[in-house]
Amino acid sequence: MNMTLRALLGATAMLTLAGLASAETTITVATVNNGDMVRMQGLMDDFYAKNPDIKVEWVTLEENVLRQNVTTDIATGGGQYDVMTIGTYEVPIWGKQGWLASLNDLPADYDVDDILPAIRGGLTVDGNLLAAPFYGESSMVMYRKDLMDAAGLKMPDAPTWADIEKAAAAMTDKSKEQYGICLRGKAGWGENMAFLTAMSNSFGARWFDENWVPQFDQPEWKATLDFYLNLMTQYGPPGASNNGFNENLTLFQQGKCGMWIDATVAASFVTGKDSTVADKVGFALAPDNGLGKRGNWLWAWSLAIPTSSQKQDAAKTFINWATNKDYLALVASKEGWANVPPGTRTSLYANAEYAKVPFAKMTIDSINSADPTKPTVKPVPYVGVQFVAIPEFAGMGTSVGELFSAALAGQSTADDALAAAQALVTDEMTSAGYIK
Amino acid sequence: MATQSSRATARLMVAPSVVLLFIWMIVPLAMTIWFSFRIYRLLSPERSGWAGVRNYTWFFNSPDFWLGISNTLLLVGGVLAITIVFGVLIAMLIDQPVWGQGPLRILVISPFFVMPPVAASIWENLFMHPQNGLLAAAARGLGEQPILFLESYPMASVIFIVSWEWLPFATLILLTALQSLSSEQLEAAEMDGASALSRFRYITLPHMTRAITVVILIQTIFLLGIFGEIFTTTQGGPGSASTTLPYMIYKQALIAKDIGRAAAGGIIAVVLANIVAFFLMRSMGKHLDA
Amino acid sequence: MARSVSTRRKLFFTVAAWSVALLIFFPVLWTILTSFKTEASAVASPPELLGADWTLQNYSDVWARSDYPRFFLNSVIISIGSTVLGLLIAIPAAWSMAFVPGNKTKDLLMWMLSTKMMPAAAVLIPMYLIFQKTGLFDTRTGLVLALMLMNLPVIIWMLYTYFKEIPGEILEAARMDGASLKNEVLYILTPMAIPGIASTMLLNIILAWNEAFWTITLTTINAAPLSAFIASFSAPQGLFYAKLSAASTMAIAPILIMGWFGQKQLVRGLTFGAVK
Repeated sequence: MNMTLRALLGATAMLTLAGLASAETTITVATVNNGDMVRMQGLMDDFYAKNPDIKVEWVTLEENVLRQNVTTDIATGGGQYDVMTIGTYEVPIWGKQGWLASLNDLPADYDVDDILPAIRGGLTVDGNLLAAPFYGESSMVMYRKDLMDAAGLKMPDAPTWADIEKAAAAMTDKSKEQYGICLRGKAGWGENMAFLTAMSNSFGARWFDENWVPQFDQPEWKATLDFYLNLMTQYGPPGASNNGFNENLTLFQQGKCGMWIDATVAASFVTGKDSTVADKVGFALAPDNGLGKRGNWLWAWSLAIPTSSQKQDAAKTFINWATNKDYLALVASKEGWANVPPGTRTSLYANAEYAKVPFAKMTIDSINSADPTKPTVKPVPYVGVQFVAIPEFAGMGTSVGELFSAALAGQSTADDALAAAQALVTDEMTSAGYIK
Repeated sequence: MATQSSRATARLMVAPSVVLLFIWMIVPLAMTIWFSFRIYRLLSPERSGWAGVRNYTWFFNSPDFWLGISNTLLLVGGVLAITIVFGVLIAMLIDQPVWGQGPLRILVISPFFVMPPVAASIWENLFMHPQNGLLAAAARGLGEQPILFLESYPMASVIFIVSWEWLPFATLILLTALQSLSSEQLEAAEMDGASALSRFRYITLPHMTRAITVVILIQTIFLLGIFGEIFTTTQGGPGSASTTLPYMIYKQALIAKDIGRAAAGGIIAVVLANIVAFFLMRSMGKHLDA
Repeated sequence: MARSVSTRRKLFFTVAAWSVALLIFFPVLWTILTSFKTEASAVASPPELLGADWTLQNYSDVWARSDYPRFFLNSVIISIGSTVLGLLIAIPAAWSMAFVPGNKTKDLLMWMLSTKMMPAAAVLIPMYLIFQKTGLFDTRTGLVLALMLMNLPVIIWMLYTYFKEIPGEILEAARMDGASLKNEVLYILTPMAIPGIASTMLLNIILAWNEAFWTITLTTINAAPLSAFIASFSAPQGLFYAKLSAASTMAIAPILIMGWFGQKQLVRGLTFGAVK
């Protein structure tokens, strides 16, 4: 009797608890601290108005730290996060391990067919969309129109590397701390190697041949590195081996760079309020070498749900809100079209209002000219433009990046750096079992 | 003198610390030893099994290994030399009667209040940056080319930054030791006509010996594990010019996601630390009791 | 006569000490100044001081963008909690090692320090797994325990050193005079030990406050302290020096203020100790 009563009471208590739990679900969203993501956190009132039963807790971290924390969590099945912000490098690798929940069942108004094909392809594994793109980016040339005019030059919309070298030479005036070109030199697979791998594609180089044999001993890589080193030592800023995206952005905003080839999202910063050269910036496609491939990359920060999450329905509701067309309209109405997260949807680029944004056309053209499945001139066994979507790449890419960064600092030659890279990558690929 | 019972009480008083620290040490250590012989790549769970000693040989065969070891020792030695010498001088200086002693001491120990990643970031971006840094501006003001600190002198720059962070720790401990030095003794020596230098040599310095020993031992243990400042400022570069053993481990664990190798590196680092500690204890352990 | 010499001497040392102190403090000061500039002014070259664009915008941005009070509260709980707990465990241990030393005391001390020899990155996954399995992940309890154990060797070492400074003859003299153990501890040892304990406490609160690897790795939301707050402001896209400086200042300020009061306590404690 007493027992029954207790059991009943217990059951009631459990039910009440369950009722409470369903009344409000709290999801944990891990995100990088980039501008577009931070802006989203300021627009959450709209989400709460539409979904009063879901509460979102943010874990906002710097890119490197975020990547460390979410990777550790997902690989050990920690289950701390319900939504993770990850990039196009992670999605295929994690997807293959079955760590990401499929997003194929998002509601019809999500309009998955509206997502740019190049971006969507990179986030789909075996027919399952595993991450919803929040913003997409390619890379392009940003240049100073005033300095080009002063030098009597005109930047073509689709320049060659020879055009870039000529322009860099003409715009360099080291006595005025004005450097013809600023490029990434900081070591890291997502820093200098993102740029150099994308650049190498336009020189016809590749990381591996069809049998996963490293190709750093081939003339194409030598041509890439020689060109890069020559460009940077003659026309680049001093100390460039420590310059990443942020350092170059600062230099460009201060008016110290004639050109800067980097992420398309930088366009809104160099034309934004902190920039001293906001009204003098022109845009062009990333350069080529007449081989049919341009040196631009493709990346998308995307929202994904780990299979270890216990709250996948609420997480999906959130992802739908954050990457839907309505969200783009919401940002446009609150912050203006220039601040809409770019590079994810075809409809955005069909919008007449958005077309007025100065960098809109060049961004979409850049994204469309990148093909992750055929990144370079010759065939490759991997997917990815500025990376190789295998788990070993982050480690190898960073080590090779260090070698190239040392060459930029003048501590070794291009030949030594390439030989060391070839040896290192061959070693890793052999021990990982790619090379039999 | 000590009786049987007071010895037993003494053991009882030490026991909680020993037991807790033992558990805290042995569980991760055992796991690390286990992982160090395993193939364990975080992102390729399908590749697993025994690695034999391959994780260890990877380190020994790495072109950066010996450079990493010598950089680690250079970092420890450099920072110790700077913090001890300046720590002693500054402690003696601020031990003197001066106006505004309280605020003065706060300023001296202020670097210790700054989180290491923030400190590294401040030095990198606001001071050593070749275009925007204050030091570059100063150089240009003098009509000189800015020095490329992190590119041309990466190890020296890292040692300098870490020394700035740790100087307050040394100063504070040394200062507290100085305070217990009886001023009568110094005054008596002064009366006897002992010079300032010999007063320092024969009275002040011996009095601080134990404190100096403690600073050296504690700092050595902390400094042997430093990698955050290197990651923030130089990423171990250019190339591997400022790579240390902990930074190599960091790269294996957090960038390459090779937990087996990181574990092997950890064991190597523990062995290295034990060797360093052994020599330190042999050369200065006697100063601990005195 | 002696007076004027000592005044001149004091003036000399004041000038010298303040120059050194300001030099050491300058980077912190520059960070605080930068936090009140606009982003464009923060990276202006040559550096701007008088003509700078002063603003409070960075602080309101940082405040609006994150839940500072929560991070702050976690930092306070974690650093004070781990230090107090550590002192409770360490004081008896250091005490007995200092006053009843055995022939193994030095080895024991060295062994304690050796528990800190493993580089953090090497035990990342082991620690992560331990914290996940024991349910301590992202809890304040977990971080209090972790930081306490991490700093316990340092606490014991520092206390041991300070206790060693207390001359044993005083105790013997007191015993000769027939002081009870209670009186011995209360009236002789405690006043002499307080400065050492205070300075150990101060240093360890700072060590715990500044720990920025495990506090970020082992937390997500509930227990995340100011180190995680900082990590959300470093190196985003776009100019960030001024905002990072503001966030840094907000992370430093509480501990700096605590240090201020702590230092006053410390100085008072020290003068107590000096009266022998």
